[in-house]
Order: sequence, then structure tokens, then C-alpha cells
Amino acid sequence: MAVAIVLAALVVGSILFSLLSPWWFTPLASNWGAIDTTLVITFVITGVVFSAVVLFMAYAVFRYRHREGIAASYEPESKRLEMWLTGVTSVGIAAMLAPGLIVWDDYIRVPTGASVVEVVGQQWNWTFRLPGNDGVLGTVDTRRISAENPFGLNPDDPKGKDDLLVNSNELRLPVGRPVKMVLRSVDVLHDFYVPNIRAKMDLVPGMVSYFWFTPERTGTYEILCAELCGVGHSMMRGSVIVVEDEDYQPWLREQPTFAQSPAGTGAGKAMDFAGDLGTGAGRSGAERHGH
Amino acid sequence: MSLIRTLTAKPWLEQTPEDLPALGRLPMPTARVGLVVFLAVVATLFALLVSAYVMRMSFGDWRPLPALPVLWLNTLVLALGSVALHLSVLGARRGKWTTTRLRFLFGGLCALAFLAGQLVAWRQLDTLGYFVAENPANTFFYLMTALHGLHILGGLVAWERTAVKLWSRSGAAGLQLSVELCATYWHFLLVVWLVLFGVLLADTQGLFVPHMHHGF
Amino acid sequence: MVQTAVIGDERAGVEPEHHEPKSFLTKYIWSQDHKVIAIQYTVTAITVGLIALVMSWMMRMQIGFPYSLGFIDQDRYYQFVTMHGMIMVIYLLTALFLGGFGNYLIPLMVGARDMVFPYVNMLSYWTYLLSVLVLVASFFVPGGPTGAGWTLYPPQAILPGTPGREWGIIMMLVSLVIFVAAFTMGGLNYVTTVLQARTRGMTMMRLPLTVWGIFVSTILGLLAFPALFVSGVMLLLDRVLLTSFFMPSIVSMGEPLGYRGGSPLLFQHLFWFFGHPEVYIVALPAFGIVSDLISTHARKNIFGYRMMVWAILAIGVLSFVVWAHHMYVSGMNPYFGFFFATTTLIIAVPTAIKVYNWVLTLWRGNIHLTVPMLFSLAFIITFVAGGMSGLFLGNVVVDVPLSDTYFVVAHFHMVMGVAPILVVFGGIYHWYPKVTGRLLSDAMGKFHFWVTFLGTFAIFFPMHYLGFVGMPRRYYDFSGINFIPDSAHTLNAFITIAALVVGAAQGVFLFNLVWSAFRGRLAGGNPWRATTLEWQTPETPPGYGNWGPRLPIVHRWAYDFSVPGADEDFLPQNHPPSRETAETAHGRPIAKGTMA
Repeated sequence: MAVAIVLAALVVGSILFSLLSPWWFTPLASNWGAIDTTLVITFVITGVVFSAVVLFMAYAVFRYRHREGIAASYEPESKRLEMWLTGVTSVGIAAMLAPGLIVWDDYIRVPTGASVVEVVGQQWNWTFRLPGNDGVLGTVDTRRISAENPFGLNPDDPKGKDDLLVNSNELRLPVGRPVKMVLRSVDVLHDFYVPNIRAKMDLVPGMVSYFWFTPERTGTYEILCAELCGVGHSMMRGSVIVVEDEDYQPWLREQPTFAQSPAGTGAGKAMDFAGDLGTGAGRSGAERHGH
Repeated sequence: MSLIRTLTAKPWLEQTPEDLPALGRLPMPTARVGLVVFLAVVATLFALLVSAYVMRMSFGDWRPLPALPVLWLNTLVLALGSVALHLSVLGARRGKWTTTRLRFLFGGLCALAFLAGQLVAWRQLDTLGYFVAENPANTFFYLMTALHGLHILGGLVAWERTAVKLWSRSGAAGLQLSVELCATYWHFLLVVWLVLFGVLLADTQGLFVPHMHHGF
Repeated sequence: MVQTAVIGDERAGVEPEHHEPKSFLTKYIWSQDHKVIAIQYTVTAITVGLIALVMSWMMRMQIGFPYSLGFIDQDRYYQFVTMHGMIMVIYLLTALFLGGFGNYLIPLMVGARDMVFPYVNMLSYWTYLLSVLVLVASFFVPGGPTGAGWTLYPPQAILPGTPGREWGIIMMLVSLVIFVAAFTMGGLNYVTTVLQARTRGMTMMRLPLTVWGIFVSTILGLLAFPALFVSGVMLLLDRVLLTSFFMPSIVSMGEPLGYRGGSPLLFQHLFWFFGHPEVYIVALPAFGIVSDLISTHARKNIFGYRMMVWAILAIGVLSFVVWAHHMYVSGMNPYFGFFFATTTLIIAVPTAIKVYNWVLTLWRGNIHLTVPMLFSLAFIITFVAGGMSGLFLGNVVVDVPLSDTYFVVAHFHMVMGVAPILVVFGGIYHWYPKVTGRLLSDAMGKFHFWVTFLGTFAIFFPMHYLGFVGMPRRYYDFSGINFIPDSAHTLNAFITIAALVVGAAQGVFLFNLVWSAFRGRLAGGNPWRATTLEWQTPETPPGYGNWGPRLPIVHRWAYDFSVPGADEDFLPQNHPPSRETAETAHGRPIAKGTMA
């Protein structure tokens, strides 16, 4: 009896906790409301199933608890019941999976016309690079990185000359314009994580990853690293400041181009840098990343 | 199929009349079942290595190794060992213990010769400048041949124990099985080597088209 | 039908040259007896698990009450996180379920005298012990154990900036490689014994679900651990010989390194090809054991036995095609997301069927709320809660905001930490009388149960909501993050207190284990009135060779509880068919009013 009551109380408590909990997502600041919707669908379905299973158990424990003189029934299986349960479960699963896959399809297709921002991670800070007037990021190679050339840009690549180098952990973005974040790391794995944007992705040394979003609310949003990157992991912070276009342009003009930086003036060292990474600037990410 | 019949049986209905259900075992000696399970594990190990090889080679820095002539010789020697053990099994089945012993001995010596040959290949690569950490293709070659060689060494331990029994108490119970299990193991490691060598050759010949991608 | 014991033995495939050891050393230390080896595995696993438990306290203190313990600096914090995870998953749960429960129960449940390769079985334990010793030794090397996270992701795992990159990581990898060898030796035994040493009448479909769970779990292990072996050896080479399997060009702390061209994602694929089946390596034995506990203590046959077996097999097969759901935001080809989300959610179907069948077994049962039954009920609730949160994380796009947050921590602790551990407890309360001949104290057991069950729920249920807030996992310090409200820190302090209480309650359990061995109520041979063969041994604890002169002969499945018309509410598997039932040609009639 007591056990059945505790089980039922657990369900009631869990539901109350969920309803009264002050702990919920940060306010959404991007276009990814669809992710929240899919999550809520999943939450409702799983919540109902959890409650139903545990309440059924509580009732069974109460109703069929051992007393003198009662005997269990003998029922090896019931094909009909099992088929029925399998069917209902499959429908429930499909109801969660289908919206998930549809939204994922959006998630990995960058809209044409998205502007490009490169995020560079290293232990334990963030820097950013913008493609400049030509809209294309110049090629880079980790082995070119030096004090003069912290981004590892190829000085011989004309496309890189006008790249804007944001050597700070603060990034500004204009509100309402889709942006493709291309991500790379110079040392270990990191993960560009802004809770209000919902989207996130790992930065992997040796390759370029991406995701996209449209900032839809102005404000300052915190960047955290969400992939363990060593002892300084929890200190790897930054911020994205979403501003109106009239506030964005002056900030943009303040950022130095690669050509103005010490490394941007000389020619590249005579080395084989066939491995320079293009960062797929300005184009849909699918062509580089998909097969 | 009997597996499906087994799995769809309704155990609560099964009656236990005078003839009880068959004994709970496969029609195979237990030692052989154990060996087969073990070989499945080893096969998984090498399959994973080969898939890692293929995934890693698609990055731009891959420089295939040359297929050294000595590797062809080693392959031949290993195959000879396999044949010798197979013949040894045939001998044991007919109870001809003298020929069984000689063939068994020869099979093991072939495996030893193969190991020596692999060491020669390592030396040659080293002299040619294909160092372990120089290129991932080199590292994979050293790693795969080392793991394969270790499995051969393990096999040689079993071979030695069987050989001692062959000489001290020919015809003892279970001896034929021991010879058969050694032969199975030899055949298996030959097949693994042929796959590894085949991958290396295909790579050297450029049959895999390396292309720069980060897709996986 | 009547056979001599000798013939029975030979035909059951037991090595005849296996003599009973007499000296203390061969009987209890270098023992080849599966029961002794099982206890050795269990004691070692629990001991090393206690170390991991204490480490979880340490890190919880830092999260709940930051900087209250001065000696927990960043390095130590990450070392605790890493070692806690690695020990719990590999050295405790895997070793305990397979080396402990598997070793003890397989031969007894299938009606064999021992494992088929007892010598290899003994080597398995000593190799396991060696791997544990290497692991523990890494605490004492310069730089301490690795702090790379239990996933050991390169490049970070072997670069400066990560604690233990000097020696700790090397010893960790060596220990894992040794563990894989130990597991393979044990696993060979478990699989081959189930295939070859079942006693007369024990068909595969008459095996108790415990054996099915352990059997399939072992097969998963044998096929998955090679991936850990391969990735471990490759990472070791990258660390020691500076090869570039997983290492691309890197500038570490301003220093360019000699690596070039490798792929960190290659490691992740290999690791999770092992890592995901590993979840089921831990879960399937728990599924099997809990099925038997529920059936026995509800005095009712397990509902849908065949479906349960098929579900175990289906889960086993599917577990090899879902690994990349751990990598949705890893930068891998995003199109893989469609495939892996689909396979992952499909695996929920057989899993759900198992849950339904456990609950339906309770329905119309005669439920005895013994301690093993209580733990089984707690398992179902915890597992369902963890399974539900798994549906969030498996569903690719829902995973995006939640991955690497406390939601993930809460999920995997519930589903593969707490849930299997609850089954471990249930199993120990259930089988302890067979192992020692005495029952564990019921009062201490119930206290242990309530604190553990409600305590762990109080720890991990609210933790999901910290994930919703967006708190990232593996953070040493949350100060200065504005979006995290103060209330979340309060909740963290509450969770830490709950964790301390739950951890301390395990002391009661340990005390019970020791106290009851001497003072516990005498159990007799079959205190739970169970049907499976291990309860039918002539001696309790079972003697050397388990069965006395004659192997048991099996006449029925493992779930003949409350059979209509029978005198008792259970019929042991070796209970011969009564005259009346033998006369009905095709099975006994099914009682009226059942669902069938």
C-alpha cells in the first residue's frame, strides 16, 4: 500500500515539479523556435508515457499485492495485446521523429545569401573572422599560425587580404540576417554554444564545421564552450551582441583587415601548404560537408 | 531454419515426454566453439583496423607504402604453413602419426619464418626511410603487421604445446582435435594476412582514390 | 532417460580432468571455480566502485558548494570527473554484471558444473585485477590520472592543458587494453558455456532471461570491445610515438606540434562504435535479471517470454547501428543525422516492449514486496525516466540545444548508471542467500532501498531541468554566467546534499553484506521459492561442481509460477512432469480469465 502511494506521489510530484519549475530555457533569440516546438512535443509525449506507466504500476502493486489466499494468474503471453502495444509505441515514436527530421533538414541547409562568420577556437578563448568586401574568406592553415598571423591566413591568397580579423571574444551580428557560422579550432575540440540561439556545433581541429541561424532579437548573449577542452574549459567565454544594422556598420569599420596586419604585408613562406583549408565562404555548406 | 524454429518455440507448451529435448549443445566440440568465438573477436579487431585505414587514407597527407618483394615471399611461406597443417590434419585423421608430426612441425616453422620475414620487411622499410610516425600509411602498416604477428606468436604457443603432446603421447585422446584447431587458426591468420596485404597492394596501386574530405 | 552421472557429465561437455582443489590457495585465491571467481570479480568491482563514489562526492561538492574544499582545483576536478565515469562504466558495471553475476549464475542456471574453460576464466579475473591495479596506480604517477573525460577525446586527451597528459593518459589506455583482454577471456567462457554446457532438457528457449541478457550482452562486448582496443592502441601511439592517426596540425598553447593530417572524428567513430553497445552491455544483463526478479517475487510467469528474448536480440543488433547519435554536433557529416536519429528511435520500440512486459507481469500477480522486488520496481521507474529523456537526445534536432548540458548527465546516469545499479542491488539481495546461505537483513535492506531510490531520483530528476536552463556539463566553475539564475545554484546545492546522503547510505548496504554473512537469518536452499536451477542445488552454498553426483534434468521453462492445478505456486525447472499434465498432449490448459 505504502509503496503504491509513493509511486503515485512520485508521478504527481514530477508533474508538479515540471509545472512549477522556474528552470526552463533561456529566452529564444534566433529563428530556431522549431527546435523548441519539437522539444515540447517530445516532452509532452514522454511525460504522458512516463506517468501512465508508473501509475499503472502503482495500481498493479496496490491491486495485486500479496494477501493470504490470493494466487497469481497464469498467462504466458498475449499476441494481440503485444502487437497492439507495439503499434501504439511505433506511432508515438514516429510522432516525435518526423518533426525532428524535418527541422534537422532545415538545420543543415544554409539559406542562400547567408553572410559568413568564421569562429576560431583555441585554449581558451574565441576569435572571429569576417570575409570582408569580397564576401569570401581567404584560405588558412594551422601551420601558418604565428604571433604575427594568429589566424594562420595565407598571405598569397588575394581573397584573404580584405578579411576582417576580430581579435576579441566579442562578436557583433546584425539582427534579422541569416548567418552561417563556419567553425575551426587550432588545438583541441571546442563547441560554440550560445544558449539563446539553441544551435550549437563542435569546432574540430583539421576541419571546418558549420551551422546557421538568424538572430531575431537584439541583445547581448553569452558564448560558452560546450566540449571539454582542458582545465580552462569553463573559463572559455565570450559574447554575441546582436544589434540593429546602423549599430553594426560602425563596428564593422573598426575591425582591421588582414592586409593591415603585420603578416598580411609579406608573401607566404616557401613551404608546401597544399593543405590550406578553404572555408567555403559565402556558399552553402552542403557542398563541402555533404556527400 | 532451425534458428528460427528455436526462437519461436513456445517453451511453456513444451511437453517432456519420454524423449527429452536434445542435449543443449552444438554439433561441434566445445574447444572448437570457443575457438570460433575467439576468431570472431579477432576478425572484428582487424575489420575495424581496415575500416580505420580506409577512413584515414582519405585525408590529403596519405602516402602509400611500396609493396616490398619480401612480403610476397612471406605470403608464400605463410600459405605453405597453412597447407602443411592441413596435410597434418589429414594424417592425424588416418592415424599416421609420423607424417602428422613432420607436417605439423613444418607448419609451425613456416609461421616462424613468416615472422622473421616480417621483421626483414620492417628493417627494409626503416632503411628506406619509412619511419613509423612519418606518415599514417606507415603507422598503419607497422600496427597491423605487429598485431597480426602477435596473434601468430600466440598461435605458436598453442602449436608448441600440441607439438609436445604429439611427440610424447601420440594418439592420445583429443590430440587430433588439437591439430585441427591449430590448422583452423593458421588458415584464419592466413586469410587475415591476405586481406591486410590485399588492402596494402590496392592502396599502392592507387585502387582507392584518395580524396580530401571531412565527411564522416 | 536414466543416465549415470558420468555420462551426464561428459555429454554436458564438462572437462573431466577438472579436480577439486584442496589447499586454501587453490581453493580461494588461484581458484578455477566459477563461484569463487565471481566473488573475486564482485569484491574487486565494488571496491573500485567505492573509489569512484567518493570521487563523485568531491566533484559534487565543487558544483554544489564551489571552492568549499580547498584541495579540489581544476586539475583534480577533471581527474575526478574522468575517473568516476571510467570506473563506473567499465571497471564496476561491466565487470560486475558479466564477471560477477555472469560467472556465478551462468553455470548454475544452465545446469553445468563450471564454465567450459575454467583456467581461462581464472586468467580473466587476474588480468582484470591487473587492469584495475594499473588504473589505480595512475593516481600515484607524476601529474596524476588523466582528466580528459571518460571519452578520452583527442587531441585534448594527449595535449598540454589536460591533467595527466604526461603519464595518466598512458596508464589509462594501457589499463583499458588489458581490460579488453580480460573481458575477452571471460566472454569466451560465458558464450561458449551457454552454447555448449546446458544440461539435458535446457533448450535455449527454456533459459532464464538472466542468462539471455548476459549471453547477448557478452556477444555485444566481444564485438564492441575490439573497437576500444583499436582506438586505445592508436591513441597510445599518437601519444607516445607522435603518430598522426587522430591528430591534425595543431598549435598548442602557441607551440606548433609535429602532428599533421589526422582526424579527431575517426577516434569518435571508433570510440562510440564501442561506446554505444557498451550501454547495452550494461543494460541487457539488468533487463534479464530484473525480469527474473519480478517474475519470482510476483509469483507469476514473465509475460511474453518470447517477445522478451526477441527484444533482447533486436536491441543487441540495433545497438551497433546507432553509435553516431553521440556525435550529432561533433562536426561529422550532418546527413548522417537522419539515419542515426531513425535507428535510435527505432531501438526504443523493443525497449518499450520490455517495459510493458515487466509491468504486465505485475498485473494479476501475487506481489511480494520483498527488497529485490522493491529494487525491481525502482529500476522500472528509473529506467523509464532515463529512457524518456533518451528520446530527446536521440532525436537529432532536439539533441542540439541539450547536448553537452546537464540534461545529458541526468539522462545517462538514470538510464545506465542508477537503473543498472538498482538491479545490481536487487540481484545481490536476491542471490546473497544462495552465495552465503543466509538472508540479508530486511530492515537494513528496506532502509537502503528507500534512501537509494528516492535519493537518486531527487538527484537526477531535477538535473534534467538544469540542462533545460542550458548549464553545460564538465564545468569546474559556473560563476559569472548571467543566464544561470541563482535558483539553479541552489538546486545544485540540494543535489549535492542528496548525493552525499545516497552515497552514505551505501555504508548500510556494505555493513549489511558483512553482518548478515555471520548473523543473517539462515536461508535454506530456496528461500524465494524460485524455479530456476541455481535454487535447486543439493547444497547451499553450492559445493564444488555444483550438483553433487548427478546433473539436473530440465523438464520445463523457468517461469512455472502459479500453474493452475499444481500443489505449490512454483514448479522448479527440474521438477518432473506430473502424470496428469504429461497426459495432455500439447501443454497445460490456460486458466480462465487470462489475457491470452
